[in-house]
Amino acid sequence: MVKSKINPHSQEERVLRKCPTGIAGFDEITLGGLPRGRPTLICGGAGCGKTLFGIEFLARGARDFGETGACISFEETAADLAQDASSLGFDLNALERSKKLVVDYIHIDKSEIAETGEYDLEGLFIRIGSAIDSIGATRILLDTPEALFGGLNDEGLLRSELRRLFRWLKDKGVTAVITGEQGEGKLTRHGIEEYISDCVVLLDHRLQNGIVTRRLRVLKYRGSMHGTNEYPFLIERKGISVLPVTSLGLAHKISDKRISSGVAGLDEMLEGKGFYRGSSILATGTAGTGKTSLAAHLVNAACARGEKCLFFSFEESPDQILRNMRSIGIDLARWIKKGLLHIHSRRPTAHGLELHLVEMHNLLEENKPSVVVVDPLTSLTSGGSQNVNDVTNMVLRIIDRLKQLGTTGFFTALTSGGDALEATEQNVSSLVDTWLLLRDVESDGERNRVLYVLKSRGMAHSNQVREFLMTGRGVELREAYLGPAGVLTGSARVAQEAREREEELKLKQLSEDRQIALSRTLRAAEAQMAALEADRAAAQRELEAIMLERKNRSNSIIEQRAEMARSRKVGSPKPAGTGA
Amino acid sequence: MAKKREANSTFEYELRLYVAGQTPRSLQAFANLTKICEEFLTGRYRIEIIDLQEKPQLAKGDQILAIPTLVRALPEPIRKIIGDLSNKEKVLVGLDIRSAR
Repeated sequence: MVKSKINPHSQEERVLRKCPTGIAGFDEITLGGLPRGRPTLICGGAGCGKTLFGIEFLARGARDFGETGACISFEETAADLAQDASSLGFDLNALERSKKLVVDYIHIDKSEIAETGEYDLEGLFIRIGSAIDSIGATRILLDTPEALFGGLNDEGLLRSELRRLFRWLKDKGVTAVITGEQGEGKLTRHGIEEYISDCVVLLDHRLQNGIVTRRLRVLKYRGSMHGTNEYPFLIERKGISVLPVTSLGLAHKISDKRISSGVAGLDEMLEGKGFYRGSSILATGTAGTGKTSLAAHLVNAACARGEKCLFFSFEESPDQILRNMRSIGIDLARWIKKGLLHIHSRRPTAHGLELHLVEMHNLLEENKPSVVVVDPLTSLTSGGSQNVNDVTNMVLRIIDRLKQLGTTGFFTALTSGGDALEATEQNVSSLVDTWLLLRDVESDGERNRVLYVLKSRGMAHSNQVREFLMTGRGVELREAYLGPAGVLTGSARVAQEAREREEELKLKQLSEDRQIALSRTLRAAEAQMAALEADRAAAQRELEAIMLERKNRSNSIIEQRAEMARSRKVGSPKPAGTGA
Repeated sequence: MAKKREANSTFEYELRLYVAGQTPRSLQAFANLTKICEEFLTGRYRIEIIDLQEKPQLAKGDQILAIPTLVRALPEPIRKIIGDLSNKEKVLVGLDIRSAR
């Protein structure tokens, strides 16, 4: 049996060497790649990407790791394989010409073969051996040897020969990838997993709500730790990418730098400085509360600083966003022209979550933006996976990725009227750093928008509600009226403010009137006082006059008496004034 | 071991026997083949022995996997018989041989 017992503490265990596949994410899961010098079985149903996995393993080995490879195909001709590979960006023919790769197509046609007597598959060994030796291949792909079962009758012989083959490959020290189609109740149709026990990888694709999600799982990896989860993976233009969630740690660097939200009033609510750079921001609200507009402001501000932005839209086309934002005075088109802004619009139902994620990853790689907007997260739930966990996982991965890159992420989420406003369907609210809640307040026959900062980690944010106005010059935040009548917004606020102004005016007028009246009284009193003073002065003068007259008169009487006495010749004058 | 019978221009039956070294099974196959040919195709056949251990690149052309493999190159279409050719009836059917008469 090939199954040899491996002592977990043996020397071999400690020095098990890995052979990097170069497949994005796979080497992370397997902590380095496939077991070097051993065969690995890649199994899965039709169309799950087994062959592509193998080809990518060879092509990347030849191109990126300087390892030559032999491709032994039992199903597809060399020309077909080259075509398949070119769709992933690998030029097999060029690799063949430069002696880095050799492709051999082994074909067996039952109709032209008769069997009589004993035989073995030495011919196959010789062909594989000569393919390996021709370029000194260290990697090999067998795709898929099970096809032999269709061409030869002697199953028992085939089994023992395949077992011998895998053993032989192991002895030769080539790292082999062997593919196998999944059978009923078995990993492969003919159970060749029995003979390949070093590493088994299962590929799978599942249809959920009309959208296919591919998944990969490392079933077994002898002598090595490996990620045991099911990982979504994608086949896209750059090859396979596996997306390990759990391999991402929480060790990203953080920044103390702040960036403006683009809305002065909002910055004011966030200590006057705005968001932290590299943080993730969630804006939730019902339809039409201005989530996208807020995002556009952030983008506009970032582009104005000369930073690159990436806008993922799941609802609107780029042109639609440009037009709508122009209506509130934000000209995003100029940033696109300058190459600072990239708007990526996709229907959420266009493909599965994973492809969305990979598209995002790729665009992040390409553009290296400093601000990323995802608008809205919620539609991802509607497209494809109804499984909230999947969406949460995906969002977690986006957030993690952005944090790793130090990119500020702005996500919007739609809450429907019936839901609790302070909960998001995707349960992502706990993952984000800053959460803005946008709300409609209905009163007096109108709806008005208000904004709260529900949370903002690491800063003393405002706890107030602000009224959110969309004007021709963009979004403005006004302090909502907070008074005895409660929170007033919109025209109610305006009316209340007008009323207050009126009252103030009234009060002012009242006091002015009183001032005038009082001063008038004062002036009257003063006038009275002046008149009285004049009377007093007049009386005084009269009194003085009377006194003078009286004195004059008494003098003249004395004189008259003396006169009369003189005239009467009455002696010498007697003392005056007596006995007259 | 590689030898040609009657190195003339063309024969009705062009046969190639692929082997890998002189294993007992290969020798057995060659012996069985010569016996059948002498009995049914006297003078109308040629056998070419190809040892893949010496010329491994030749395995590709006739898509050889099993050893030994007998290929009937002529008359067309190509037919292959794998095994040590121990069953005479099967070989005759496989080579589609009508007895010469």
